[in-house]
Amino acid sequence: MPHPNAPARTTRNRLGVFLALALTLVGLLALPTAAHAADDDPYRISGNVQLEGEPLEGVELTVDGPGGEQTVETDADGQWAVGVPERNADYTVTLNEDTLPEGIAVIDETGEDTSPNVREVTVGPGGRVTTNFFIGEGERNTTGFVDQLVERLVNGVNFGLMLALAAIGLSLVYGTTGISNFAHGEMVTFGALIALLFAVGLSLPLLVAVPLAVIVSGAFGYAMDAGLWRPLRRRGLGVVQLMIVSIGLSLALRYIFQMFVGGGTLQLPNPLSGVIPLPGSIVLTWMDLVSMLISVVVIIIFALWLTRSRIGRATRAVSDNPSLAAASGIDVDGIVRIVWILAAALAGLSGVLWAYFRPGIKWDMGTSILLLLFAAVVLGGLGTALGALVGSLIVGILVETTSLFGVPDDLKYVGALVVLILILLFRPQGILGRKERVG
Amino acid sequence: MDFGQILNNTLSQILSPTTFGFALAAIGLSIHFGFAGLLNMGVAGFMAVGAYGFAISILTFGLPWWLAALVGFVLAAVFALILGIPTLRLRGDYLAIVTIAAAEVVRLLFLSTAYKDVTGSADGLFGFQAEFRAANPLPQGTYGFGPWTYTSDQWWVIIIGVALTAVAVLFTWSLMRSPWGRVIKGIREDEDAVRSLGKNVFSFKMQALVIGGVIIAAGGIVTAMGTNVNPNVYVTSQTFFIWTALLLGGAATIFGPVLGAVLFWVVRAFLSNLLPALVDAGLLPFLSREQAQQSVFVLIGVALMLLIIFRPQGILGNKKELSFVR
Repeated sequence: MPHPNAPARTTRNRLGVFLALALTLVGLLALPTAAHAADDDPYRISGNVQLEGEPLEGVELTVDGPGGEQTVETDADGQWAVGVPERNADYTVTLNEDTLPEGIAVIDETGEDTSPNVREVTVGPGGRVTTNFFIGEGERNTTGFVDQLVERLVNGVNFGLMLALAAIGLSLVYGTTGISNFAHGEMVTFGALIALLFAVGLSLPLLVAVPLAVIVSGAFGYAMDAGLWRPLRRRGLGVVQLMIVSIGLSLALRYIFQMFVGGGTLQLPNPLSGVIPLPGSIVLTWMDLVSMLISVVVIIIFALWLTRSRIGRATRAVSDNPSLAAASGIDVDGIVRIVWILAAALAGLSGVLWAYFRPGIKWDMGTSILLLLFAAVVLGGLGTALGALVGSLIVGILVETTSLFGVPDDLKYVGALVVLILILLFRPQGILGRKERVG
Repeated sequence: MDFGQILNNTLSQILSPTTFGFALAAIGLSIHFGFAGLLNMGVAGFMAVGAYGFAISILTFGLPWWLAALVGFVLAAVFALILGIPTLRLRGDYLAIVTIAAAEVVRLLFLSTAYKDVTGSADGLFGFQAEFRAANPLPQGTYGFGPWTYTSDQWWVIIIGVALTAVAVLFTWSLMRSPWGRVIKGIREDEDAVRSLGKNVFSFKMQALVIGGVIIAAGGIVTAMGTNVNPNVYVTSQTFFIWTALLLGGAATIFGPVLGAVLFWVVRAFLSNLLPALVDAGLLPFLSREQAQQSVFVLIGVALMLLIIFRPQGILGNKKELSFVR
């Protein structure tokens, strides 16, 4: 974030970079929904891969459905199993034929199925299902590495933009108030839950429900500031105390959400689930495209507001040095209120988009990305809005692409967190941060 | 509603392995946060390193149980070093973010199916206590009275838990009245002042991080001795619960962590037994049994907020000892 006293040229240059970056992202648009395996998956899909009775080891299978996409390999007995978070739900099991020995493929017994390596399975009330693949000589269905890479990159950008919406708010709150807000994840969940309430509970059309959810999220941000954070500022609580308050708030909110919606995954209506026709084996739904467009447009508008409008400039001034800003006549309390409203609204929007990306809404969905948000914010530089965007994109792409390079799917968040620790070793102020913030 | 049963369950919680685990972890955290002012948000990670180090040493490497516990301590010390090197020169909230991230990395590594042979993945590890139980000097049987009736195996864990907790309390007490403890508290109050006296602040902080980390790992090991090791225990919520226990008792006190851990578990056990019973009795018509269970966690969160706002020094603490309350 430029210093308020810095020459205007710097501001314009930064804005240029910001816009160029955002526009490049629009150009990058293309692809599908891989998502996120939940932490603790009680139910199980398993099976056998055999060639004429002999087990095949090291065959890769992908399971996609509620809770996200996961990849497993068969063990020495040709067996595989994955944990899934939902029962009474449908999953798609895909056997990656590239990992089979030469010259063989999954055979289709009926002769009607054009892609016998892809199976639909249903996890019933028992919570367990078994599906076996029959292997023989035949023609393969494959996805090339380049197609996969493109797919993952686009997914990563999509996920990164979503993270950015929430991370920008987290970063601004930190910059203006000094709070490391551990309840930010709950603000993400809140947006998704309110969208669910309007779209499913009250059956409003999505075009009404989603903007309403964003507005209600903003109101929630205002309520939190008015009801909790401002009184605490008046009391003069230290930043460590405020951080622990946010931890308590996060716990309380999370379990209140669970009391309302239970432990399962709920879905928003999706009128745009159709696939955009694209060359190769690249799959992109219209919802992915719309989601990315929304993120980019909102981020551009927000960047313009932050750099061009009076209040936006005042916000950056407060973020830089609250006492100096107050001394030059800026209403710090008013700015902080606006920051809370905007941060909550952006987090709420991010929650709605993430509900489509995962896909599904769960009581702890926000908590599960909280650390990625912190990673993004620290990576970009604590307290800088542009840094949060850059950090989010890096984290998003990292999370989505690491599995292409041999990292198991259930460790895909680990890469981002390790990068967070490493960046603090070598550049603690983050990519765009300034050194004096490090303290 | 069976009040006898509710009371029984509540009181028996006082001597459970998880309570000792919490007490030890809170003592370690009091050295980190209460005395040295280090914001360690990765308590669950230290506990997991201790517990898994203990269990894996026995199951995979066949070490005797006491040597396995030592391995757990050493691993926790190494973990503290790895976390401390990049962060201890930076401002406090960086340590908070890095420790919480590192704890998640540790948990995800233990949860991953990639290392299922060693870590047991989501099933966790079990069946490693046989040799530890064989070392039990108590004859087989059931001892005790009232709510505190346990088998000899359980008493063995309780004895080790009490002994370790007592040693940790004594150790912390003697450490904090030594010159070393005064330097540590000085760092908490004013780092620059201590540095101007020629003390190596980084090195003192690192020593505090390692010592506290090893005590936290002892908490993980005691829990593992009494129950199984499961990755779903070592989530970030666990860290927050231990913080709640510590702040309840008093962060910069010797007995506060133990008192806080016992109170935390007694109240939690009481509410988790009482609220569902009230639902069954029709006294909470707007809640289901599950919702009543979840509301306990809501109350813990609210209690944490109220504590840190209105009584940050905890039950036993002295407000002058709290440099984080400016």
